[in-house]
Order: sequence, then C-alpha cells, then structure tokens
Amino acid sequence: MTTGAYPDAPLDTPISARGLRKAYGRHLVLDGVDLDVRCGEAVALLGANGAGKTTLLRIAATLVRPTRGRMRVAGADCARDPEAARRQLGFLGHGSWLYEDLTAFENLRFWATLGGLSWSASTLRAALAAVELERWGDERVRPFSAGMKRRLSIARLVIAEPRVLLLDEPFTGLDQQGAKWLEEHLQAFKSGGGAVLLSTHSFGRGFGVADRAAILAGGRIATDVAVAPLGADGVRRLYELAVEDGA
Amino acid sequence: MTYARRAFIVLWKDVVTERRSKATLNALLFFSLLLLFVFQFTLGADREHLVSALPGLLWLGFVLSGLLALGRTFLVERENDCWDGLLLAPGDKSAIYLGKVAANLVLMLVVEAILLALFAFFFNVDVGRALPALSLVLPLGTLGFAAVGTLFAAMTAHVRAREVLFPVLLLPVEVPVLLGAVKATEAALAGEPLSAVAQWLQLLVAADVVYLVAGLLTFDALLEG
Repeated sequence: MTTGAYPDAPLDTPISARGLRKAYGRHLVLDGVDLDVRCGEAVALLGANGAGKTTLLRIAATLVRPTRGRMRVAGADCARDPEAARRQLGFLGHGSWLYEDLTAFENLRFWATLGGLSWSASTLRAALAAVELERWGDERVRPFSAGMKRRLSIARLVIAEPRVLLLDEPFTGLDQQGAKWLEEHLQAFKSGGGAVLLSTHSFGRGFGVADRAAILAGGRIATDVAVAPLGADGVRRLYELAVEDGA
Repeated sequence: MTYARRAFIVLWKDVVTERRSKATLNALLFFSLLLLFVFQFTLGADREHLVSALPGLLWLGFVLSGLLALGRTFLVERENDCWDGLLLAPGDKSAIYLGKVAANLVLMLVVEAILLALFAFFFNVDVGRALPALSLVLPLGTLGFAAVGTLFAAMTAHVRAREVLFPVLLLPVEVPVLLGAVKATEAALAGEPLSAVAQWLQLLVAADVVYLVAGLLTFDALLEG
C-alpha cells in the first residue's frame, strides 16, 4: 500500500527516508533526503559538522519531527506512529541517559523497567559483563570515565534487543577494547538481521562495520556507496569531494 | 501491572537519587530556615498576630520551598539527555507523570514535616493536638500543588526563562488548593473539627482530582511537544 506522495519501503528495509526535509526556522538542515537501510546492513552517515547527521538520526528516533517528507522505522511512520517505531529501535545519542547518583546496575534496571522489558538480575548482570563493567555494577556512575559511561549506554541498548540501531558517533570515548567489542557486537547484530544507521567522523575505528557510506552535504545524500569495493581511503576521497561541493 | 511498575520505578529513581545527592533537600531546608528567621523577625513575640497568621505563613513556606523542589524535578532529566530516554520509552507516558508526582509528594512532605516541627519550635506553638487533622490536610494540599507543579515543570523544562515562567504559570492555578489548604490548616491549628471546614476540604479534594486527572491526560502530549 502506498501512502501519500511517498512510496512505501520494502519490508526488508527497516529504515527508510523519503524526501525528508527539516528546517529550524529559516535554517534548512535537511533538504530532500532519501535513504534506505536494509535488514542485516549498516550504513555509516558521514558529513561535516552541521551537515544534519544528528538531525537525521533524531528524526529516525522519533525525537524530532520532519518539516516534510517521511521517515519509517521498522515499517512505522516516525511522525504518525512514533510509539510503534520506538518499540523497535535503540538510540544512542550524544547524551548517556545515565543518572549519575544511581549505580550502573540500577541505571539498567530503571531503563529496562521503564521500557516495559521483562528482565532478571542475571540478564542485567550479563549485559554489564558484555561491556566489561561487571566489576563496577554496584558503583555509582558519577566517577565513571566517559568511556565507561559510553559502554554502560551500550549495555542499555543490548538489553532492549531492538531491530534497528540508531547510533550517533557511537565510538566516541571508547578505548581500543571497547571499540573492538562494539564492532563485534554490531557485526553480530547485523548477522541477526538488524539494521544499523550510525554517524561517524572517523574512517578508521568502527568504520569497518559499515556496508555502505552515505555522505550528507548540502542537506541531501550527496553520495551513497558500498564501502567494500572502495575501502576507507576511497570513501574518504569521495567524502572530501562531496564536502567541498556541498560547501 | 506494567503501568504501576513504570510509575514506581520513576518514583524509586527520584527518591533514591535525592536521598544520595541531597541536592534539593539541603537547599530546601536551608531556604526554610531562612524563611523562619524572616517570619520570626517580622512577627516578633506578638502571639495574637502569630496565631492568625500562622496557617498562611506555614503554607507560604510550603509553597516557596515547593516551587524550588518542583522547579528542579525535570532538571535531573536534562542532565545526560535522560529526557530523550523518557520520551522514547514505549508505553503510556502518564506513568512517568504519576511517578514524578509521587516523588515530589514524598520530597515535599518530608520538607513540610521538618518545617512544621521548626515552626512549632521557633514560634512556640503546640501542633501536637492538630497533628491528626494536619496529617490529612497537608498531603491533600501538597498533592494538588505537586500535580500541577509537575505538569508545569515539564512544560517549562526546555524554556529559557523557566525560573520566571514556572511560578507565574503555577501560582494562579494553585489558588483553589491554597485557599482550601490554608482554611483547613487554620481550623486544624485552632483545634476545630475538620467538619467545620468541610466545604474547603471538598474544594481541596476536587482540585486535587481535577489537577491529577488533567495531568494524567495531558502529560503525553506535553512530553511529545
């Protein structure tokens, strides 16, 4: 079934943007973005500062309404039926969503309960162990390093078992070990049929998880290419060209 | 069941966070002490003045400290973007509102209990015999205050001039609650039965119900912005 001016995405495309436009007052951030992320695929969203990566991710996460166009996550229209989309997505933004005076375990318990998940202490401890924070499970979050907080935020995503992951610069603040673990986790997530849309500034760490690179410039997806044939260096050259053209 | 669990986890989180940080409680207690000194200095030893002014002063103290507490209730959610998490949590958002109201109610009642004890001590007033009546009146008045206050605190959480806007919005709406609460407190402190101020208590209960239901019905739309 087709709704309005924007054709529906195929069922195997859990993230789909069509003609997406977003303006903050007179400032146009996105100007007709079309993007699909299929099941088992990760797309790296690249772009200069202010290109609209975070805005695009926040629209997909149902946190921001588009001015025009349509974003669908797991088949649900993000603007018209955000609740349905929220049940299927996991979002990692710039903020950690952590309460600093709660322990790591208590933070996970809070978000799991609020999210209506069925959890047990052992599943939460396992999630902490997965991000190598089991030793700090009963410690308050306040003195944690930025990397530890990032890992705990990722543990929050793990327990929710979403079908779609929306990650805004997920490798920021992670050490080598944490980044390696996240890469492995994202690979496993893709193997299980999950779809990942992640923004990044880095062509090194974490870029390896991406199947495609979508470069945002001038409010549009200027380039959308498969990563494997070009490699990180090839994508970097395309990025530099796209950003120069966009500027 | 899930709804109750979600409301309870918000209450639990806010209470535990406050118990550990004591950020709001310490500020409120210090502020309450300052108020008491000001009242004591203004009224002096004039007992006649004091007895007639005490219910109003008591609620003035509760309202001013409550404004501080309620104004901070969503600030903790802005830290680390937890607000986004609340918004993205699937399910009825009114559970979050209910948990927040309950947490504010607990915090404000603790402060009010301390403030009442300090009033009794500072002004040499015997509140012992009024305690049974006050234990009904204070929670009813505080519930109405917290129900609207939590809603308006969420509404103004992202507004730049929230410190000004929050009390300007809140206080006019709280007039029925304050009228009912002050009148019922006056009767309680005078040793009169609450049946003598039944109409004020009815106003208080009606305001509580209306404000709580309005909050439950509108919080979802308000959070979505």
